[in-house]
Amino acid sequence: MSSNTKQDVFAAVPDAQGRFGDYGGKFVSETLMAALAELEAVYRELSADAEFQRELDEDLTHYVGRPSPLYEARRWSDKIGGARIFLKREDLNHTGAHKVNNTVGQALLARHMGKKRVIAETGAGQHGVATATIAARLGLECHVFMGEEDIHRQALNVYRMKLLGANVISVTSGSRTLKDAMNEAMRDWVTNVDDTFYIIGTVAGPHPYPMLVRDFQCVIGREARAQSLAQTGRLPDALVACVGGGSNAIGLFHPFLRDEAVAMYGVEAGGHGLATNQHAAPLNAGTPGVLHGNLTYLMQDSDGQIMHTHSISAGLDYPGVGPEHAWLKDIGRVNYVVANDDEALRAFHSLTRIEGIMPALESSHALAYAEKLAAQMTPQQMIIVNLSGRGDKDIHTVAQLDGIEF
Amino acid sequence: MSRIAGRFQQLAEQRRTALIPYVVAGDPGQAFTVPLMHQLVENGADIIELGVPFSDPMAEGPVIQLGHERALANGTTLLKVLEMVREFRVSDSTTPVLLMGYANPVMHMGYARFADAAAAVGLDALLTVDIPPEEVDSINRELQRVGMDNIFLVAPTTPDERIARIAARASGFIYYVSLKGVTGAGHLDTVEVAARVNAIRQHSNLPVAVGFGIKDAASARQVSQTAEGVVVGSALVHAMAQVIEQGGTPDAAIAAAAGLLGQIRKGMDSAAS
Repeated sequence: MSSNTKQDVFAAVPDAQGRFGDYGGKFVSETLMAALAELEAVYRELSADAEFQRELDEDLTHYVGRPSPLYEARRWSDKIGGARIFLKREDLNHTGAHKVNNTVGQALLARHMGKKRVIAETGAGQHGVATATIAARLGLECHVFMGEEDIHRQALNVYRMKLLGANVISVTSGSRTLKDAMNEAMRDWVTNVDDTFYIIGTVAGPHPYPMLVRDFQCVIGREARAQSLAQTGRLPDALVACVGGGSNAIGLFHPFLRDEAVAMYGVEAGGHGLATNQHAAPLNAGTPGVLHGNLTYLMQDSDGQIMHTHSISAGLDYPGVGPEHAWLKDIGRVNYVVANDDEALRAFHSLTRIEGIMPALESSHALAYAEKLAAQMTPQQMIIVNLSGRGDKDIHTVAQLDGIEF
Repeated sequence: MSRIAGRFQQLAEQRRTALIPYVVAGDPGQAFTVPLMHQLVENGADIIELGVPFSDPMAEGPVIQLGHERALANGTTLLKVLEMVREFRVSDSTTPVLLMGYANPVMHMGYARFADAAAAVGLDALLTVDIPPEEVDSINRELQRVGMDNIFLVAPTTPDERIARIAARASGFIYYVSLKGVTGAGHLDTVEVAARVNAIRQHSNLPVAVGFGIKDAASARQVSQTAEGVVVGSALVHAMAQVIEQGGTPDAAIAAAAGLLGQIRKGMDSAAS
């Protein structure tokens, strides 16, 4: 009985207004409202359409390379000496991260809507690369907005996007990172709304984006749940994923929300530490407000201005977070914790040396927390960590910290 | 009758179109906003629209974005903007003033607290770019409680049934966004604007002001033939920024903005005759 009630709670969000509890909604200028309504109508129609689902599944299987493995990191688990740790290998997807699950889906929507031009914002460049990739395959014109600061940090991904035929636009306003790239993408969309599809890369933005990006990313959790049952005969005791905007985390968590015994940990970027204010952890240290079309937890000052954030990983360097995470925090279903820059960096090196898997710095935050969590658990227990992306793009950042120049 | 309704009624009797300048509060400096407001009135402003600076002004083009950045850099906050309105009211109790900004600073202050503070300083209306009718009811309750107008945007993309929904919640006037794009963009289609303004009139008796692509006397004159109000923003912000960039003083900058507004006023009035 009570489990039925709980099921309804998770199935009921977002509501018709795009709300997850108090969070979410559509806080955008009037010019975009009609486009959002059109997108929602098309999405609702296609998500119930067997042919569209078949197309999507085919792309996920043969283009992305799904299902991604659920790999037991035995040496790493043994070294930590606690729970068994399994890695959901989203790093093995085409383009090297979970982002492509969503861009494949949204690009199919764009094609069905007859939009010939796609735009995207990107922080670490993974979403930009995933968008440029699918745009190349479908022959769509592609423009990617990227903060000037991130262009320096992620030069490799910038070049990848250019090779794929995308136009990368350097954003020099504000803090010159992901949030400013999103502002600029919104400005482009409002100007070219008739022929342009905005492929948002995370579970933020105005409704219906947090819903549809979640739905496209849920393939991660659906697979992980089935793989866990098939490989171990049981469900995991805990899930761990990093949270910037929160798309890889919601993708892993959502299919497990009704499994009450499965604990969940969303790991925010602690930067130099919460006490320093140099971090990107709105769920841990922020307050609710409106940014980029949705009501959610934000890093903001006493005047309601959005604060600059800091994280070693460009993909987590964002002052907001998806509204469903804000709701899951408030209802207590997911625990939101932090890992600092140095902890993430140690986990990066540790997994690389012990398992021969080089994780993205974003995913390294999840690994750092999983390490602490596993140590407090028993070898009879198991954790699934979302290894959301591979670390090749971060080699320059890591080398620089080690004092090595190429 | 609200100060805004009264002003439009008075203008209708005089067969004049409202000229509504937009400037960013705190740009080029906090001390210059109130003198600028007075000079704008002397040069033909009927209603003043003060931009509340925000860190992420998503609807603004580059010119006004930079205005927001300058204002934030010198420490302008929503509370300080309200103080500017109070100071303006000391010597001008007739010119309506509205704030245009983004949801978050107002929400962070608290809708009720904002409404009380804004009413106390003599503010007339609020326009929040990113609060569409779907999200407006909680703030509208507070604005109505203190008798303040809520100004809504209607866009070129707004379908008829939405215009009706907006009209049901709007007061003061309706702000028609004359183009798909950000503030200061340059592709105004006056025939299209006239058609859309007429569509709004099917649903509302409120005056309609047009903004977003109007930058000089010629475009203001064209639009003033179909609308009750004309909003000019980026052109003024740009005029001030140019003076400062060329080494001019803030006083010279605000004089330049006021001078430009005066020219636009002349252009509009010559159309009426």
